Amino acid sequence: MAPAEEPRGDELEQKERELALLKQRMALLEQEVADARRRQQHAAASTTAQDGPPPPRSFACSHSLSKEHVQRYSRHLLLPSFGLSAQERLCQGSVLIVGCGGLGSPAALYLAASGVGTLGLVDHDVVDLSNLHRQIIHTEARVGVHKATSAAQACAALNSLVKVNTHMDGFNPANALEIVRGYDVVLDATDNPTTRYLINDACVVLGKPLVSAAAVGTDGQLTVYNYGEDAPCYRCLFPESPAPENCSRCADAGVLGPVPGAMGVLQAVEVVKLLGGVGDVLAKKLLIFDALAGRFTTVRLRGKRTECVACGLCPSITRENLAAYDYVAFTGQAPTDAAPSLSVLPPSLRVTPQQLQGVMSSAAVSGRAPPAVLDVRPANQFSLMHLPNATHIPFEQLDAKVEEVKDLIRGSKCVECSGGGSAEIGEQRPEAGLYVMCRRGNNSQLAVARLRELGVLNAVDVVGGMENWAKSLDPSMPVI
Amino acid sequence: MKVKLEFSGGMDLLFGNKKMHEVELAETNGKRWTVGRVIMWARENLLTERPELFMKGDSVRPGILVLVNDCDWELSGTLDCELQDGDTVTFISTLHGG
Repeated sequence: MAPAEEPRGDELEQKERELALLKQRMALLEQEVADARRRQQHAAASTTAQDGPPPPRSFACSHSLSKEHVQRYSRHLLLPSFGLSAQERLCQGSVLIVGCGGLGSPAALYLAASGVGTLGLVDHDVVDLSNLHRQIIHTEARVGVHKATSAAQACAALNSLVKVNTHMDGFNPANALEIVRGYDVVLDATDNPTTRYLINDACVVLGKPLVSAAAVGTDGQLTVYNYGEDAPCYRCLFPESPAPENCSRCADAGVLGPVPGAMGVLQAVEVVKLLGGVGDVLAKKLLIFDALAGRFTTVRLRGKRTECVACGLCPSITRENLAAYDYVAFTGQAPTDAAPSLSVLPPSLRVTPQQLQGVMSSAAVSGRAPPAVLDVRPANQFSLMHLPNATHIPFEQLDAKVEEVKDLIRGSKCVECSGGGSAEIGEQRPEAGLYVMCRRGNNSQLAVARLRELGVLNAVDVVGGMENWAKSLDPSMPVI
Repeated sequence: MKVKLEFSGGMDLLFGNKKMHEVELAETNGKRWTVGRVIMWARENLLTERPELFMKGDSVRPGILVLVNDCDWELSGTLDCELQDGDTVTFISTLHGG
């Protein structure tokens, strides 16, 4: 049998889009069917009960929990420090989870399981394969499905007593107040400072406690903002936004899967305490988790800052003007954890992966030495895969190893010169002395710029890095 | 005078990948060791890379929390907080990921 014809690139993209849409539709249908089935069962149960007169009650109770509630939450009800009244308050309470990722996944599952009355789920993104190592609410089958839909499905499957709302457009200044208004507590499970400032301000102007956590690498942090008389808000602690280079992202720095898991579970604990009205809420304190050391530390934070622009004595951020506040200008960062795309070099210092591949193959055909390729990614990324003959010097070590770079260029030049005339080299442009490669094409530009300052003038950057190489030349490449 | 300097939340990457530094600060003719002085001292003596990610002006960069003996330095005078023998100063980079 003849093998099926390989789809072309654009056809493949179209098919992938179709597949994602179908998956989303399937997830919605599954949820509708599950909901309908549940309603049927409930209706059947109540009809059976209505057949004939109800048997006389042989017990007395004065609370709002049904038999199903009592059975399901029995271990909470047995707990002396929690018990009936706290569970009733929890069942009547509502919580908004902003971000259905590494923190939001376990938080949503535990809060649904614990019996919170209403759970709101906010996201704007779809499930990606690289999410699944930590965003445990999603599944392989739901890759490509909207995260809020996927998370809602998991919560509904876990506890049908909980009302689950999805907010599919993400969280932005225009919709923030309208969304937050409907909930008692907000849980910040986002991944960027821009959205964190927005969530903080929305909670301050509407008077909602904010359970905030973050995790990157092997570290986690947790605190509750805007709770009680004197507890600070996010802006009290960080009145000035950190610079983008001071904010490490999971997508760059990596994250150990269970670390956001642990922090998300602890956020759920704080929400259960807040709504249930038990224990000491973690306000004015910061809990720090160091996974490698196996250590939790709790430190004391300052109180409210009287001059705070959100919660101080004369706040400049109000319900009326929050929607118009420019959060992206304030933090200088887009409201995502995606890496910024830099463009710092003139086009003459940039080549495409195709151009570099052309130079490599023409060198191979004519028996010349391959062009000098410098890979500036961290060692762990280089060891995953790299171009053949690439020399590895991490970006941070460029200054210290600039002589090595010069040797590299000299080495490839010498062989080139002895190999024959340069007339045929580079059909489109004169061949560069050094091709600098990184993961996405940002650091390679910075490296070329730095090398120029260090006196290396014939280096060029490969546009879009390994990611672009994989996309445009070799989809089998295991890029991260 | 001995103090402990601790770097957390990824700050350790700027300080030789070491989280805890126990350091001996020399007495300098009656001039007291404040947190502000210790920040400058750490930059000169402990920082191994990218000083621009640690300091801005004479203080730490926005987004870095400073604790003295596990309490926010805002509670003890920030840069002017005077240190005693045995104190711990912690620098925490606030995290945003999730």
